[in-house]
Amino acid sequence: MADSNAPKPSSSVKLVLLGEAAVGKSSLVLRFVNNDFQENKEPTIGAAFLTQKCNLPSRTIKFEIWDTAGQERFASLAPMYYRNAQAALVVYDLTKPTSLVKARHWVAELQRQASPGIVIALVGNKLDLTNDGESGRGDGDSEGVEGEDPGDARKVSTEEAKSYAEEESLLFFETSAKTGYNVTDVFTAIANAIPETSLKSTRGPGASNVASRAGDEQRVNLNGPREAAKEGCAC
Amino acid sequence: MTGIEDAGPSSGARAAHDEEPPPPLPPRPSLQPTPKDRASLQSKPTTALSSMTIQTLSFPDGSRGTFSTTVDHSAADDSAPPSTEGYDVSALGFYSIGSARKQDTDESMSIMSMSPTLRPPGDLESLLVGDMAKKSPAWMLLRSQSAAIQPFEVIRSDQSSTFAGFEREFDDIPDEPDRDWNDGDRLQLWKSKLKHYMILSSAGKPIYSRHGDLGLINSSMGVVQTIISFYEGAKNPLLGFTAGDARFVIATEGPLYFVAISRLGESDSQLRAQLNALYMQILSTLTLPVLTNIFANRPSTDLRRPLQGTETLLSSLADSFTRGSPSVLLGALECLRLRKSHRHSINNAFLKARAEPLLYGLIVAGGKLVSVIRPRRHSLHPSDLQLIFNMLFESGGIKAAGGENWIPLCLPAFNNRGYLYMYVSFLDDRPDSASAMDTSDADEAVAIILISPDKESFFALQKMRDDVVTELKKKGHLDLIKGTALKGRPSVTEIAPSTHISHFLFKSRANVQFCMPSLQPTFDSVLSRRRLMSLYSHLHATMHARHSHLKVLHCVSEEATSLAWITPVFEFYCIAGPNTSRAVMTQGANKIMQWAKREEERLFIIGGGVF
Repeated sequence: MADSNAPKPSSSVKLVLLGEAAVGKSSLVLRFVNNDFQENKEPTIGAAFLTQKCNLPSRTIKFEIWDTAGQERFASLAPMYYRNAQAALVVYDLTKPTSLVKARHWVAELQRQASPGIVIALVGNKLDLTNDGESGRGDGDSEGVEGEDPGDARKVSTEEAKSYAEEESLLFFETSAKTGYNVTDVFTAIANAIPETSLKSTRGPGASNVASRAGDEQRVNLNGPREAAKEGCAC
Repeated sequence: MTGIEDAGPSSGARAAHDEEPPPPLPPRPSLQPTPKDRASLQSKPTTALSSMTIQTLSFPDGSRGTFSTTVDHSAADDSAPPSTEGYDVSALGFYSIGSARKQDTDESMSIMSMSPTLRPPGDLESLLVGDMAKKSPAWMLLRSQSAAIQPFEVIRSDQSSTFAGFEREFDDIPDEPDRDWNDGDRLQLWKSKLKHYMILSSAGKPIYSRHGDLGLINSSMGVVQTIISFYEGAKNPLLGFTAGDARFVIATEGPLYFVAISRLGESDSQLRAQLNALYMQILSTLTLPVLTNIFANRPSTDLRRPLQGTETLLSSLADSFTRGSPSVLLGALECLRLRKSHRHSINNAFLKARAEPLLYGLIVAGGKLVSVIRPRRHSLHPSDLQLIFNMLFESGGIKAAGGENWIPLCLPAFNNRGYLYMYVSFLDDRPDSASAMDTSDADEAVAIILISPDKESFFALQKMRDDVVTELKKKGHLDLIKGTALKGRPSVTEIAPSTHISHFLFKSRANVQFCMPSLQPTFDSVLSRRRLMSLYSHLHATMHARHSHLKVLHCVSEEATSLAWITPVFEFYCIAGPNTSRAVMTQGANKIMQWAKREEERLFIIGGGVF
């Protein structure tokens, strides 16, 4: 189906979102996939799986997105989602310093446990609550500052996060899922950062490797790679 | 809610005092008068109750004839001449006293409030019979003319006060930073709520409250904890007490205290069932071993953290109780009405696509079951399904997220020790509607739910979903399901033309499923729906009171006439306008019964797909 509109080569990229609860992971995805935003979104339970295509000049990337729940109790399930992922979005909340601490933990865990070539983007969300929010109208958000004080809710400086991202060689963005600022750019940058070679090679053998290594029941091994292969040729 | 501070401890003590020497004659027909009626009795009895007040109070609801039927249609025949025999109040007296005498202790807690009924039954009887005789002829004439009055068109004044403010029941209490509100006002607002649920740990740490942030009500929580642990310490756990017009019911589950505070007149056992459902929701999040471990290691743990994100599930569950849910009341499920052949081929398509790791598969449209497939040895428990339906259809989280979901959850009635993994996909053909997902949309949303014990089986189940959808689309079943869901429930007049019955519930006991007609137009509003459900829950409580071997119950009040009928096969509850005669009522009931029998295989899923 993907081939019908463009003869460009297309490939699937498995992407996982990680980060503390209520930093806006689902909102980023919702903005990217449906170009929509919901105030007071209810927390994700478990994980949501969504897909979205991203057109690059030379090829089409089909993102298979795992939007995970940020709550502590789901942390033990995270490996299931980042294992075998080619890209990760680690999200923090610009107005909440502890969320950056949590983000650092996720980055460290990914570097330790995820597949070696994984592309990681560090994303500071809720830019609309700060003075830098370009179209940021920081009013009305329940978590933010109320209208009477046009003050800056930013608690994490761009420099701090940026220098950390450079240290760890992560992509770095500040976004607003509410206004849509920078959201597509994150995904485009990730798509660009994924090496051509990994697109060609990882799907087939890579996937089955991981599945057989991690799968604890035989039937899973059978289903995992078969599914992956099917998706690969559908695009 | 001053009751907590003021009346609470004293009535608690009273309750315990009552428990020590068993009450000599505890004829508390707590389930006999309507719950609201009981509330009115509670407020009045001790102030020198004259016979006259009994008369006016209990006549509207109290004059119910009880008669048992063994043959289905005999009821209609019996009642053809509406004589006073139909209002055989001595039977009533006998039943209510007899059943009340055997009430279990938690019911007898509020004996105080029911003191007027301690009078010899004969007294009450003669009084009511006399009353009937006086009223009957004129009544009959009037009644024959005005059966068209809808239930709750006439509302007793004391009744309307019971539900005063119910429209505002679900409004949020403003948060701390809101400058327009001071703490006093917010506390006032909090106290004005008719229904509260609180969960706290036995160490006194607040875990959940339906209304108000925990900062606001911290002190109230403290008082509750003190009261409960006082009795706990005396090895005499407190089960409930009454303060003013509010009934407090307390459930202790391991390290957790659950408190329900209701001014809606629900029975203790109904409130207890609601608290149990909240407990099940917590287990569903944590599992029993995890919950036990948390508190075994550190009794002072703040459980809010492990439960983070599930507050909305608890609240939507709580609100469905407060709004009144037939499904919860009957402990049964509602199915989408489909032709037998259609259901059969949907089941088959579902079974054919079955993935290896599947445990349960469900197709659900707007909260109504379309198809179930399950292993031969396992059946699904309604309380587990209630948790799933609540998660998917009552709280918006899953549906609004879009995409497919992979949710670890524990189904406590299936196994409270471990997690299952639930694949959920809402079938939405219109991609543009993703933004417009409001509540009305949820009514027809079709979801496929696939449950597996294997946490790695997402893609296997995803493929199964694709196969099922392809198959259903090919045969046009998907459109059929959507169309039927959109059409909603049939109206009573479609089911039984020219009946005066306004609404009914029919539960098939064997299938643990129920059906009901559309709530529109009579019970459209939140308030009228609550009135209807209160009446149903009263009927239900009366029929299910321990040791009350009632088969048929006919209640007449100024507001509505109602009939409950229970056999080993079904439970039937129906409501009509206040002036509907018993004969008309039974006639309508029989018509509906015939309809239900005729349509049984369309209304209910019998067995489902088994593999």
